[in-house]
Amino acid sequence: MPRMSGAKALIESLKREKAEVIFGIPGGAILPVYDVLYDSDIKHILMRHEQCAAHAADGYARASGKVGVCMSTSGPGATNLVTGIANAYMDSSPIVAITGQVPRPFIGKDAFQETDIVGITTPITKCNFQVRSTAEIPKIVKTAFYIASTGRPGPVLIDLPKDTQTEEDEMNFDERIEFRGYRPTYDPHPLQVEKAVQLLIQAERPIIVAGGGVKASNACSDLVALAETLLAPVATTLMGKGVIPEDHPLSVGMLGMHGTVAANHLVQDADVLLAVGMRFSDRSTGNIKAFCPDGKIIHIDIDSSEIGKNIKSHVPIVADAKRALQSIRNRLIQKFNKKERSTWLNRMQTLKNIHEEMIKSVGDGIKPPALMVEVRKMLPNDAIVTTEVGQNQMWAALYLKAYKPRTFISSGGLGTMGFGFPAALGAKVACPEVPVVDIAGDGSFLMTEQDLASSIAWKIPVIVVILNNSVLGMVAQWQRLFYNRRYSAVDLKRIPDFVKLAESYGAQGSRVQSIEEFRGAFKEAINSDVSTVIDVPISPEENVMPMVPPGNTLKDLILS
Amino acid sequence: MEMKERIYMISAIVEHKPGVLYSVSNMFRRRGFNIESISVGESEQSDLARMTITMKGDEATVEQVVKQLKKLISVIKVSILDSENTVARELALIKVNTPDARVRSDVINYTEIFKGHIVDVAHESLIIEITGDTDKINAFIELMKPFGVREIARTGIAALQRGMRSVKME
Repeated sequence: MPRMSGAKALIESLKREKAEVIFGIPGGAILPVYDVLYDSDIKHILMRHEQCAAHAADGYARASGKVGVCMSTSGPGATNLVTGIANAYMDSSPIVAITGQVPRPFIGKDAFQETDIVGITTPITKCNFQVRSTAEIPKIVKTAFYIASTGRPGPVLIDLPKDTQTEEDEMNFDERIEFRGYRPTYDPHPLQVEKAVQLLIQAERPIIVAGGGVKASNACSDLVALAETLLAPVATTLMGKGVIPEDHPLSVGMLGMHGTVAANHLVQDADVLLAVGMRFSDRSTGNIKAFCPDGKIIHIDIDSSEIGKNIKSHVPIVADAKRALQSIRNRLIQKFNKKERSTWLNRMQTLKNIHEEMIKSVGDGIKPPALMVEVRKMLPNDAIVTTEVGQNQMWAALYLKAYKPRTFISSGGLGTMGFGFPAALGAKVACPEVPVVDIAGDGSFLMTEQDLASSIAWKIPVIVVILNNSVLGMVAQWQRLFYNRRYSAVDLKRIPDFVKLAESYGAQGSRVQSIEEFRGAFKEAINSDVSTVIDVPISPEENVMPMVPPGNTLKDLILS
Repeated sequence: MEMKERIYMISAIVEHKPGVLYSVSNMFRRRGFNIESISVGESEQSDLARMTITMKGDEATVEQVVKQLKKLISVIKVSILDSENTVARELALIKVNTPDARVRSDVINYTEIFKGHIVDVAHESLIIEITGDTDKINAFIELMKPFGVREIARTGIAALQRGMRSVKME
């Protein structure tokens, strides 16, 4: 067994896990690792805030399907990662976060830059480790990557005391890892599959609701195949956006609080609802007691704790989405050969037409839905769109169609403002050949804009389209609708000048006043080799519609 | 449909290493589940510990607890114990005031009836060790109260299934 320092063993282990890039920021307690990185062929991208390092690793993971890696020092470096780790946990994104820690003899002594990052991240990681003996580093790294990327994916944290980085020991890189408490169930139970098939055969108004799990298990083509066999509309959650091409005749878009008319109505009217890789989040279901009131629910998820957590299903299936969908379809085609389902699908089409009407702009100025359509038109199908959080995110989810899996990246569960831009950087690193666009709001973008610096320094050109209403738009929308227009603490006062801000980093900035001007600026941005910020002033009075007011059922939509 | 709340006993085999008790208790706190008692100690395998958790809840809540426990990587096996086929015991140490000989002899009598032991004797107090199910210990404590209970230490329930049933690593 080779003898080497813990820091060398860490980097060697990362190479063996095929990690190509680390997003991070050095500091005192991780210096020995950075010293090894100095000679390593693993690329390290110096970010300007650890939160961005974690989001970039997350964006990289979501765009590529591979594990993203971020790194920071102890104390504040580690706590700055926390939002990014929590975000990855809520959206089941596989990242490995590596933090420096004070040397072992100092742990528990409140040493300089000591923080209990393992304690802090216990509820927001799939699991976490503190290295206690140097020789266990290879095994811990291997375990971390395996756990992050298998079953329901998620973040794993490794905390490395500084003296384990410098100490030398015999390293065994080939040790087999065994798990006594971790064995994801991949194969669906045949009896449950049979029950699901029976329900689906009898269904007159079936609908499929697909979430991020379909993407995680690479089951998108299986999903579409089943939908086509079944002649069932497919609604998606925010995380599921892109698992069916949104120009597919059976795609009805997103369901939920800002769901499409078609998705929300069909879900409520369905007699059988097949939910796959989704978790019935409150934003997806509206009033859960009145969710799909006459339907039988089949719930496929690889995480058994999701079964029965938010809703009781009639046929639970704990399995990998791909295997479950394939099993169901294989059984279904032996017994089922319906060639038309006209009443249900005609209704679907009528409802979908309402959505198309909503895009048509009325009034002065740039309307966000029309702008989203414009962005889509100018991008190739495989371009990646990330979003910030709030109105910008919902406009993008509703009106900017995704045609391929992993091309729409958004902070769903945690709803992290500031996610979209660093995630775009991570996605661009993963997929340098395709344009990457962050649909942003002015409020969100300011939370992580400092990483324009890393985008320029590391030549990671992305496009930021700021829907600039100079307010915290979604908060203002709620205040307009539910708080009697009392706009408390939402006015952003047109600060800063985003064009000058961009230029000060060496990025391109432009401001547009019409769709025509936007087309010109966006075209230039796509061809630019530096990042571009396009400031698009819009009215602060714009609401994202449709909207289901909180507590309502999905059908009780406000349309304007 | 309101489901009935009752006390459930859960047995879990977990990795015997630092941080596991934290991740288990943290999961209970984080998801708003209430622990009535928890006891942890080495199991039949030295690298594994057995946790016995008692909690109050309805059936759906307890099912969710079991699933959330299973989801923790350091938790290896989890079962709900059904009370009829389970031996559940708790140990309590109770320090009772014994100001005079009459009280002292009453306390000693009660202790014998409950098959307890006097494990410490001082001029003004006794420490009694008593084991049994929770009801028995509660009953004994009630009996002691009029004498003046100075301190109580209870271990929480440890439980095993009867006969060949078991919650263990295969």
